[in-house]
Amino acid sequence: MSPFATLLARDIRLAARSGGSAALALSFFALVATLVPLGVGADLHLLARVAGGILWVAAVLAALLSLDRLFQGDFEDGSLDVIALSPLPLELTALAKIMAHWLSTGLPLTLLSPLLALLFNLPAPATVILFVSLLVGTPAVSAVGAIGAALTLSLKRGGLILPLIILPLLAPAVIFGAGAVSLALDQLAPQNALGMLAAFAFAAVLLSPFAAAASVRLNLGG
Amino acid sequence: MQFIFRYANPHEFMRLSGRVLPFTAIATAACLAAALYLGFSAPPDYQQGRTVLILFIHVPAATLAMGVYGAIAVCSLLSLVWRHPLSDIAARSAAPLGALFTVLGLVTGSLWGKPMWGTYWVWDARLTSFLLLLFIYLGYMALWNAVEDETRAARAAAILALVGAVNIPIIKFSVDWWNTLHQGESLMSGKLAPVFLAPLLLMMAGYALLFLTLWMVRIRTAILERRARSLMQG
Amino acid sequence: MNFDMGPYSVYIWPAYGVSAVLLIGVTVWTVAAWRRARAKLAGLEKRGPSSRPRDMASGT
Repeated sequence: MSPFATLLARDIRLAARSGGSAALALSFFALVATLVPLGVGADLHLLARVAGGILWVAAVLAALLSLDRLFQGDFEDGSLDVIALSPLPLELTALAKIMAHWLSTGLPLTLLSPLLALLFNLPAPATVILFVSLLVGTPAVSAVGAIGAALTLSLKRGGLILPLIILPLLAPAVIFGAGAVSLALDQLAPQNALGMLAAFAFAAVLLSPFAAAASVRLNLGG
Repeated sequence: MQFIFRYANPHEFMRLSGRVLPFTAIATAACLAAALYLGFSAPPDYQQGRTVLILFIHVPAATLAMGVYGAIAVCSLLSLVWRHPLSDIAARSAAPLGALFTVLGLVTGSLWGKPMWGTYWVWDARLTSFLLLLFIYLGYMALWNAVEDETRAARAAAILALVGAVNIPIIKFSVDWWNTLHQGESLMSGKLAPVFLAPLLLMMAGYALLFLTLWMVRIRTAILERRARSLMQG
Repeated sequence: MNFDMGPYSVYIWPAYGVSAVLLIGVTVWTVAAWRRARAKLAGLEKRGPSSRPRDMASGT
């Protein structure tokens, strides 16, 4: 296997082993989706209107849960130093970790979303758009999140700063993702919104490995 | 480029800023005083009435909020790429000032919006972008405080500032789009009559000079603090 | 100068008030921090041996 694939497989295995970060994210996602109707009332019409926004925010927060450990685990036991010295460029290492994170959080969240959309009385066409938007947009969450994770990997309580740093940067994803659902709900064309979301995600996945790698390097004292 | 590096020497910076400071301080006071006088002497605006007075302090605060972040981004670039020694200090010193201007922009924008649109908070594109900008400032300052080693903190903050700088136009664009989607109100439509231009520009100059003055003092303070720390360490 | 704001005074004065308080406040804070740093450095230099290159505090 190529070094990239090895690292990817390793990280996915680690994610699956450490208390199942997918299970944690999914539970959190579902819990938020349950709490919101308890908070705003069971008016199905209202819930359908807020479904896109609520589920997108809930998905972002759920994906955040496991982000601070993205580099920290390897940093603490020294394996990050070893990985940094390997022939695999640090940027590709970051990309592998981003992909592993998405496969273990973003993707499961996306797969669960239609079920939660049901709780919000979201009609089928809008649910499809929600699914697509999450599928396209959650990689951006993992990518931007990785930058924050790399910047804060040396902090003991870095978990508190991480959301503060990356949530503003993820505003476009929430706006375009939930906006697409909103458009679909009003039976308008969501293509523009999905297109901009895709562009944002593409740029994020393409560029953030560089920023993340630079941050890892500075924290390794390079 | 040589010009910048000449003042990379802290001693040179202390010398230059020490000479320039009295002038910027006086100029600040003069501009602000003149702006206030002209502003309060002007007649009410045809459309906005006396609330145009709020615009005089909203626009400078908002402009500086963004401008200061630009300055931080430039300093961060200098720090990361050219290892300009003072730029770390400069970036860190500017941040609380930028955050303050953002808060002022939000407060004055909200107070301007209430008589115009009826509510204190309007999710218009500008105010919303500003709220996000405030969080970006807070995250930047938090990162500086969280990382213990100062050199690492400087480089981490520089990376964050640059990532933010790339992201801010995207955020602005997405919020503008979101605003049209949900048919929000536009806070700043229409032109300003010429009689209001003079006080506005003077206020803008006053705010900018105030920032420069305070920025220089903060950088000087940081230089002295560094010197004191190195003395204490032996 | 005309200070009659009519119905808008409840918005205009707080706007100017908050701006003034915050701007004056940050100025005071900045100057105070400078004075503190200068005093501290002067104190340290008085105590320590003067085998350092330059006296930073006199660079004002």
